[in-house]
Amino acid sequence: MADCTETIKELDAFLDGELTDHVREQIHHHLSGCVDCHQAFDFHAELKSVIQRKCANEEMPEGLMEKIQQCFNTDLLDP
Amino acid sequence: MAESKDFAKQAMVFAPQLYAAALRMTRNQSDAEDLVQETFLRGFRSFHTYTEGTNLRAWLFRILTNLFINSYRAKQRRPIETDLADVEDLYLYRRLGSFEAAAASLSAEDQFMDLFSDTEVKTALEDLPENFRLPVLLADVEGFAYKEIAEMLDIPVGTVMSRLHRGRKAMQRALYEYAEQRGLTGPHI
Repeated sequence: MADCTETIKELDAFLDGELTDHVREQIHHHLSGCVDCHQAFDFHAELKSVIQRKCANEEMPEGLMEKIQQCFNTDLLDP
Repeated sequence: MAESKDFAKQAMVFAPQLYAAALRMTRNQSDAEDLVQETFLRGFRSFHTYTEGTNLRAWLFRILTNLFINSYRAKQRRPIETDLADVEDLYLYRRLGSFEAAAASLSAEDQFMDLFSDTEVKTALEDLPENFRLPVLLADVEGFAYKEIAEMLDIPVGTVMSRLHRGRKAMQRALYEYAEQRGLTGPHI
């Protein structure tokens, strides 16, 4: 059975989907009965998803797709 | 065997993701564009080594990461290997959670999204020293597994985990500073 300290220690691996089934079960069990840890886990899950969406949000510069396509064509012509 | 004529068809769909990651790595548009073009050129030329049915996205990100490490980081003005001041666990949560209103607003996802601007989150990531930035980028933004990141960066899985842990905390500290500068941590939220 995991306590709060052990649970928080596994926070990263839990959110990253890197725990074994057995440990994940234990964490789930703890979270279902502990509001504090549950809130902390929710917070970090949100934060991770915010970081993902904001950092991946980029417009491709104009012309970059074409430049990439051109690499393939010129490369085919090169000996 | 994967044929290079199929490369464009299969790989181009990943161009926007690769470009966004390249921007986080190089921190400037012109280097990022060059890095992405080189990644595609290298991928095109070595597509015969790609095993059909395996993860093409991971294969391309491995090329991107290798190219960045081997050719671009020499251009970076900052030191590559830097240590980070240690920060306590749950840094941001403990601080933002200490304000009842902030905690209440955090339960709604779009409001949490609005706490930080795109630029703030991007800068918080880009300001991390490279040895911490790459693991955080590959895990949090690109969603790769520890094992894949370890292979891409050629470091042990345990090192990936410790750098992720510390890199994330340092990012949280930077985000907290932005929140503080904008008065978001005050009692008036």
